[in-house]
This record gives sequence, structure tokens and C-alpha cells, in this order.
Amino acid sequence: MRLRSFVAAVAATAMGISLAACGGGDKNDSSGGGSGGDQTLTYWASNQGTSLDNDKEVLTPVLQKFTQDTGIKVNLEVIGWNDLQTRIQTAITSGQAPDVVNIGNTWAASLQATDAFLPFDGDAMTAIGGKDKFVPTALATGGKEGTDPTSVPLYGLAYGLYYNKAMFAAAGLQPPKTWEEMVTDARKLTVPAKKQWGMALAAGSYTENVHFAFINAAQNKADWFDADGKPTFTGDGNVQGVLRYLDLMQKDKVANPSNAQYDNGTKSVNDFATKKVAMVINQNNADSSIVANGMKAGEYGVVPFPAPAGAEQVASHVAGINLSVFKNTKHKDAALKFVKYMTDATTQTTLGKPFSSLPVLKDAKPVFTTDAAEAATFQDVYNTKSKPLPLVPAEDQFESTVGKAMNSMFAKIATGGTVTADDVKAALKTAQDQVAAGS
Amino acid sequence: MSVATQEATPAAAKPAKKKTRRGPEHRPGLNRWLPYLLLAPAVLAELLIHIIPMVVGIWMSFIKLTKFFIANWSAAPSAGLNNYKVALDFNNAVGEGLLKSFGVTVAFSLITVALSWVLGMAAAVALQPPFRGRGIIRTFFLVPYALPAYAGILTWNFMLQRDTGAVNHVLNQLHLSDGRTFWLIGSNALVSLITVATWKLWTFAFLTLMAGLQSIPGDLYEAASVDGAGNIRQWRNITLPSLRPVNLVLVLVLFLWTFSDFNTPYVLFGTAQPPAGDLITFHIYNASFLTWNFGTGAAMSVLLLIFLMIVTGAYLLVTGRRSRRA
Repeated sequence: MRLRSFVAAVAATAMGISLAACGGGDKNDSSGGGSGGDQTLTYWASNQGTSLDNDKEVLTPVLQKFTQDTGIKVNLEVIGWNDLQTRIQTAITSGQAPDVVNIGNTWAASLQATDAFLPFDGDAMTAIGGKDKFVPTALATGGKEGTDPTSVPLYGLAYGLYYNKAMFAAAGLQPPKTWEEMVTDARKLTVPAKKQWGMALAAGSYTENVHFAFINAAQNKADWFDADGKPTFTGDGNVQGVLRYLDLMQKDKVANPSNAQYDNGTKSVNDFATKKVAMVINQNNADSSIVANGMKAGEYGVVPFPAPAGAEQVASHVAGINLSVFKNTKHKDAALKFVKYMTDATTQTTLGKPFSSLPVLKDAKPVFTTDAAEAATFQDVYNTKSKPLPLVPAEDQFESTVGKAMNSMFAKIATGGTVTADDVKAALKTAQDQVAAGS
Repeated sequence: MSVATQEATPAAAKPAKKKTRRGPEHRPGLNRWLPYLLLAPAVLAELLIHIIPMVVGIWMSFIKLTKFFIANWSAAPSAGLNNYKVALDFNNAVGEGLLKSFGVTVAFSLITVALSWVLGMAAAVALQPPFRGRGIIRTFFLVPYALPAYAGILTWNFMLQRDTGAVNHVLNQLHLSDGRTFWLIGSNALVSLITVATWKLWTFAFLTLMAGLQSIPGDLYEAASVDGAGNIRQWRNITLPSLRPVNLVLVLVLFLWTFSDFNTPYVLFGTAQPPAGDLITFHIYNASFLTWNFGTGAAMSVLLLIFLMIVTGAYLLVTGRRSRRA
């Protein structure tokens, strides 16, 4: 009997461990932030600096100051972008979550749908300093329209068109103001004999590709979802927007076909920094990579990513990093104090330079660059020429399906194939069906 | 035990009695439970590592487990057979994608297993006779097996780059191509995947077959040689039949490994695999984690499990019959 009891106890314990590990455990078991009441927060930060260690170096003194001011300790873990979404999914499933986490702001509506995050309702928003302190377009990325956001902006990013001043001067060109001018300039600056191309594209990166599908379609006044959150990928504006971007490699031939293998933005930025290309479209955090790769500040300029003449002046999506609090935190008040601290003007200024971010606060000045014109350009794009990516739960599916469809179309072009408007429409129809089937 | 009983004397009876009082045979309860107690850790580990996750996975395939329910996934509503219907509806984008990735995986597995086996067999046979430096060459051949998979595949990723990769550079130097071939996108992605997977796997085949070869008596080859049989005939009539039990297991293991290979496409292509290299495990990962549709992903996993069980069962049945006939 004793042995039977022992076996039963072991089996029960094993089942308990297994279920807790799989997510069936009590949400209130742990906040991941230490024992209740000891005022220690766990904070998962995304990788913003040149490495995970660099992020720790930058954030540690900032967090120590928070501890000095409030007595609340912060356990920091910096997580790379490749792992962050999976870690968040696991945290949601298991309930073993940190108190505060950085998220890519394009994930906000999808993460909100999990109901695992604290809504910034009236009281919570007041506790972090009120919604009026944020740039409205930045705050709009915090969740589905018409709901209390479950994330607030932390670091702002926006796309800009970087151009090589010397190459433009040598060709007698001015920075482009319209899409047509950009293509004309890029053609002139594509010199195969010198292995020089007009533009570099991260054409193998599905996240970069989907951003440009969105921006180009937005310039055509096309949406990717209707008011009910259903995908509308196959509209003419969407198809023509995607085709316009693909044509930079296909019809205009201003980008090296090898760019179809560039699976992240860093590779295209490196081409620009090493002067293999005259232009690159990237977010403002490219500055540090450009300088690190040998191009001096002052050798490049930035203008808004241009729209075709007469089109809607959308130059970027509202890019950046948001801050969320897990709903099951045992330290709600401390977590809100921490969010308030990270989004106050002083901390924003401290972190703005090392992380090359735009301030998300009204009237704040960018500090990521000493080039006043560049700072003003990015701030203007962020505040007035940006549009949030679709704030619907299926946004993540939009990113993966449309982005990957564009990867495949770029690959077809690079390997000698042709992509027509009908091909684009068919690819977007498949992506739309995938989203519909998965919703 | 019988010997001990025969040798027992009255003089030895006392100490023997003392000894047996402590022995398990005088504790019938413990004796009965001891095997189970000894097995318990293994059973527990099996339960935790395989059985419970598998049962949970099967259950997940019958619920509507999307982002709306993962925070409290035990409360997700039943999906009935809907996840399976979505996965198997080949007129639908999801089912069509699964079917395509299944086709790619079948081609990838069959070619990779065939190449790995041929290379492994060739190397094992070539390195069987003793010669100077044989040990060094054998060790050299085992390097891919010893290398961490991530490091090896990442190196291949660098080598297969179009503009800067060593593969195009070498082909260009040998005038076999203009050095502008894409290896990681387009239709060549499958070629790259097979090459890298074969590089990773063939040494296991080599190691296994080499061990098998060493168990074949040398007399057989000597007798065959005296009878005038050449190398090819010796291989066909002695080596192959002798290695049959090894090959049966080897081919099955290689097939199961290649069919469920995740590391190679993940490291070689990143999170956006080209359609020509869209292996089914990676396809399921995408369906589950990138689109947060864990119910459909679980259904796809169960379908894959059923397929592999059928293939394994059929393989063992057919090869078992042949073995009995032989």
C-alpha cells in the first residue's frame, strides 16, 4: 500500500509538472518577477543596440536609477528578435511571464487578442502619465482601434530614403521628391561596369517586404483589411502597390538581383555604407550601422520615402517598439511605475542616442543624430507621414503570408522569371485564403 | 540457487538463515514490486517526454487553439475535425500548401537517403582494407557528424551565397558556371537542401556500414577471391547480403530523420523558406508559431505521425517477409 501510494504521488506530481509546463497551471502561481511583495520586476527587453551585451550595458545604469528612485529592483533579460515572439507565446501559454516586456509595435493588436496583457485603461494610463504625453500616431499602435491599448510606445522608428551625397553630386542629381524621380535617379546611378546599383532592397526579408507592401498600397489609398477585420488583399491598389515595389528589381532594374537573398535589412544597409549602392530605404536606427561600416556622418542625407506624383503621401508605417505589462503580474503598481519611468522625457533622451530611436513623446527632440536636417526629416515622417500597420488580430498573419509571397516573387524575378499583375493578384489571393483559413 | 542448496550443511545453516532473513526472497511484497519499482523511472520519463506531450498534441488537434485562447488553452472550444478538414482540403490555400510541402519532403527524403547510403557504402568499402593513413581518413570523414549541426549548416549558408559564396567562386574557376547561380532561392533551394542534409547524414551511414563490414568474416572474401570472383561480385554476393540487417535499420532511421528534419531548413533559409525547400516540419512550425494557429499545426503534426507510422509499419512488414523468405 505504501508503495502504491508512493507511485500515485509520483504520477500525480509528474502530471502536475507536465500540465504546469504546458500551460495549464494557475496564472497566479508566478509573475516571474520574484516572490510576491518583494518589489522586484522582471523585464524582457528587445535587442535595440549593437548586441545583447550592448543593450545590457546601456540599460543597466538606467534601471539602477529607477531602483534608486523607487526602491523597485528590475531583473533584466535582453532577448534577440528571432526569439522574442516565441518567448512571448511561451510566456502567455505557460503563465510563467515577466512583468514587463518589449514588443514590436506591429504585433500589438495580435498580442492584445490573447487577453494576456494589461489594458491601459483610464487608471493605468493615468498612472503612467496620461495618454496626452505620447505622439498620437505612436499611441495608436498600442492595440485595436476603439479599445484600451495593451501596449504603449517606447522607441519610435520610421523609414527614410538614405542617399549618398557624393554619388548624387557626381551625377548632377537632387534628392528625389517623387517615386518617378527616385526611379529615374536610381537608373542613372546604376552603373554595371562599376558594380554600382541605384538601390539596395532587403528583398529576401519577409518583414521588410511586407512593410513596403503596406506603404506602397497606402500610397494608393488601399487597405489590407476591411472594417470587420477581414482581409482585402486582392484590391487593385494593393496589387499595383506590390508590383510597383517589385518593379524596382524587375522592370526598372535598379537593384541587384542578389538582393533577393537579403533576409534582413542589415545587408542592404551595409551595401549602402560601403558605397555599392546610391540609395537604401531603411529605418532611422540604420545610422549606427552605416557609420560602423565606414561611411562618415555628413556623407549621406535622408529624405522621406517618396510616393508617386499625386498619390497619398505615406512614407512609412509607424514603426517601433512598445511596452506591455502582463496581466498576471503580481506587481501591477510597480510595473506601471516602471512603464512611466521608461516613457518619461529624461529616460527617452538617455536611450534615444544609443538605440537610435525617435522620441515617442510630444514636442520631444530626436537625439539619435547630430544632423539636424536628418532628425527633422525622420521626426516629420514619424509624426505626419506615417500610418500604423493594420490594427487587427490577424496582423501577424498578414505579415507572414504577404511578406513571404513577396519573397517568392522577388526570387522568381531574380532567377529570370517574370511577375505580372495577375501573378501578384494570385499570390495575394493565396495569402488572403491562408489568413481566412487560420482566423 | 540449486548449487547453494546442495552445498548447504547443518553447520552453515545458521549463517545462511541469517543471510536469507535479509534477502528479498523473504520479503514477498517487495519482491513482487521490485521490477516495477526499477522500471518506474523509465516509465515516468517515457510518460513525461513522449506519451503526455503526444496525447496533449492529439487533443490540441481537436480544439480551436488560436491566439484568442492560448492564454487559457485548456478552455479552447472544440473544433471537432475542422483542423483536419482545413489541413486536408487541397483546394484550400492551407491544404494546398501542406500538400506541396509534403511532395517536397518526399523528394528530399528519398534523394537524401539514397545519396547518403551510396556515399556511406562507397566510403566504408573503400576504407575496409588496411592501408597507411586509414585511421586519419576515417576520422576526417566523421567530422560532419561531430560538428554541431548549426555551425556546419551556417557555414554552408555562407558558401552558397550568390555573390560572395565559395561554391559559385569554385564553379566559376572551373568554368562550370558563370558564378551567378542562386542556390538559396528558386528551384535550386532543394538541391542545396539535399546537399547539406547529405553532407550531414552520410557519415552516419558510413559509420554504421563500416561497423557492419567488420562483422563479415574475411574467409568469405578469400574463398570468393580464390573462386575468381571480382570486387563487384564479392560486394553483391557477400557484402550486401551480410549487411542486410544493418541496412534495414539504417535506411529506416535515415528516412525518419530526413522526413522530420527541422534544423537544416531553419538554419539554411531562416524563417522564410523558399517554396522549393519548404519541408513539412518547417511548414508545420510556420503554421503553428508564425500564424498562431496551433490547432491546425497540431492536426498537421498528427497527420505526419500517422503517415510515418504507416510507412514504418509497411517497411517493417515487407522487409520482415523478405527476411523470412530468405
